[in-house]
Amino acid sequence: MSAPAADDLIDASSVIVCCGSGGVGKTTTAAVLGLEAARRGRRAVVVTIDPARRLADALGLVDGLASEPQRIELDDSTGELWAMMLDTAATFDGIVRANAENDEQVDRILNNAFYRNIAGALSGTQEYMAAETLHALHADDRFDLVVVDTPPSRNALDFLDAPGVLSRFLDHRLFKLLMLPARSGLKVIGTATQPILRAVGRVVGSDVLADSVAFFQAFAGMETGFRERADDVIALIRAPETSFVVVASARHDTIAEAVWFVDQLVEQGIEVTAAIVNRAHPAFGEGSADDALHASVDAAAAGEAGLAALWRNVADLRTLRERELAVIGPLAKVAGEERVVVLPLLDRDVHDLDGLRTIAAHLFDHPIVER
Amino acid sequence: MAGKGGVGKTTVTAVIARAASRAGQRVLVVELDGKPALAELVPDLEVLPISAPEALDEYLRDNGFARIAKRLNRTGVIDMVGTAAPGIDDIVVLGKIKQLERSGQYDLIVVDGPAAGHAITFLTSAAGLADSVRSGPVRAQADDVLELLHDPQRCQVVLVTLAETTPVNEVIETAFALEDQVGVQLGPVVVNGVDDGIDLPDESATVALVAGLEPEVAEALVDAAAFRRSRRQMEAQELARLDEQLPIPQIVLPAKLVAGLTPDDIDDLAAVLAVHEDGPT
Repeated sequence: MSAPAADDLIDASSVIVCCGSGGVGKTTTAAVLGLEAARRGRRAVVVTIDPARRLADALGLVDGLASEPQRIELDDSTGELWAMMLDTAATFDGIVRANAENDEQVDRILNNAFYRNIAGALSGTQEYMAAETLHALHADDRFDLVVVDTPPSRNALDFLDAPGVLSRFLDHRLFKLLMLPARSGLKVIGTATQPILRAVGRVVGSDVLADSVAFFQAFAGMETGFRERADDVIALIRAPETSFVVVASARHDTIAEAVWFVDQLVEQGIEVTAAIVNRAHPAFGEGSADDALHASVDAAAAGEAGLAALWRNVADLRTLRERELAVIGPLAKVAGEERVVVLPLLDRDVHDLDGLRTIAAHLFDHPIVER
Repeated sequence: MAGKGGVGKTTVTAVIARAASRAGQRVLVVELDGKPALAELVPDLEVLPISAPEALDEYLRDNGFARIAKRLNRTGVIDMVGTAAPGIDDIVVLGKIKQLERSGQYDLIVVDGPAAGHAITFLTSAAGLADSVRSGPVRAQADDVLELLHDPQRCQVVLVTLAETTPVNEVIETAFALEDQVGVQLGPVVVNGVDDGIDLPDESATVALVAGLEPEVAEALVDAAAFRRSRRQMEAQELARLDEQLPIPQIVLPAKLVAGLTPDDIDDLAAVLAVHEDGPT
């Protein structure tokens, strides 16, 4: 357990990116980091991509999270905690508005069926919009710390790469092909007769094709603005004030995923500030699982069935903890022993502010205040 | 199989496949996530990974569009096709599964569904495409897939969850969304990792039992028992709530004292499932 790594994370970052596979407590971890930052007097905003009510419930937001930052009332903090949910489509609309030459171009793009599909479904769009939102919040004077949890992707690089996705899309051969008639003044119908487009049209149907051609033509002139913005976002993600936290649970498969994440980040020249392992069974007393098992056998032999059961219980829980700590080994090796923080499984589900505070107390090594 | 990340969907996929195989069925396990873990859990069963670009390519070739497939591949347009008609990648994957089902080679195909939260989009892709694409081979594929999804004799969705507050909330939401939006038959809900271990003395009995032990030892025994009772109480409450709010059969799989399952654990859990199978499902 290393509280300094966690302290450093809060005090020295202006952006914290949480990565990890699905279901390891990434959203909860992001909320805990935001809560602790507020306790330390910072103005933190937590952005989640999780559409489930999890974070909203934990933060006590009855109506759920909005796509605009909402302030969370805290009575124990000198700073501020805000939270919001990523709205991929609305964020994309915002970038279109910011880059379009006029309202007419905005309308043509936003009303296009193909655009609506890309805004919601182009692979990498969600990651890209998370990065974009991060950039916008970082520039917002209301906040001095932005904590974001990334979409549950198998590939950590999807997030780092995300702003490049659209650039590549715009550089795509098909896009260039579609842009040609717009420049030479030909009509959509002319474009659709090109062999490759006829082929696409036969597969997906001609209506879909007509929509996509119309989209690319409406997009003309905006590529440069989009590319410049993507470059700014990439620079922020790679800036020294941006910290990366890898989150895992104390199980073999999620640790393997976390090791994979750390390796990928390191390959990109990005250092992991902390690796947080959630839901490890707590330690009960001194001694090993074997010690407890022996004590259980001895008690049973002495005819003390109740005591034997109590020792057997300790043996079970210690067995789990020993096995969990053993699977964490490879993560400690790649991330650095001092950067790994192991957090305990609580005796109840974490679904309110008090639960988040208990986790924060373990993470930052301060006394647990029962409220 | 459908369930949020972290609930053990892959584990339960392996357990169901193993149980069916033990019962003498010809089983195929389909894996959509690029997870090597699944094949390791059932080393002697047939595991087929399916990826969307390969499935689309194969579908086009099989349906007299070989020249188009070649051209789409060469120009890298295949991912653009997926963008133009979202859901197309899901539909070709489901189409491939339908084709395997129709081949008659297997009695049961168990599909480890797509990653966290995508189960609904994955299964609604067919209806969505049928709305937006009015003709062509993709449309025909969507129609076939809809027929499969709507036939309870051929296809069921098994939901996986843990006996904890948030996973239970999510599985209830998913169940209703699947019934409303997809119209697919729900199988039993599998509750994974439930503690069914040793009986523990209650709180006052525990305090009496540790009287006379060294204080540190007594504290460890009392705290450990309190921790486990509290987790069990939460699990019992959540199982009851699930039963009340989602009136479909439950299958409870016991927790194992491990930080990662092995093929032997899968065998044990498959035996638990076999006992369930004897009852009404």
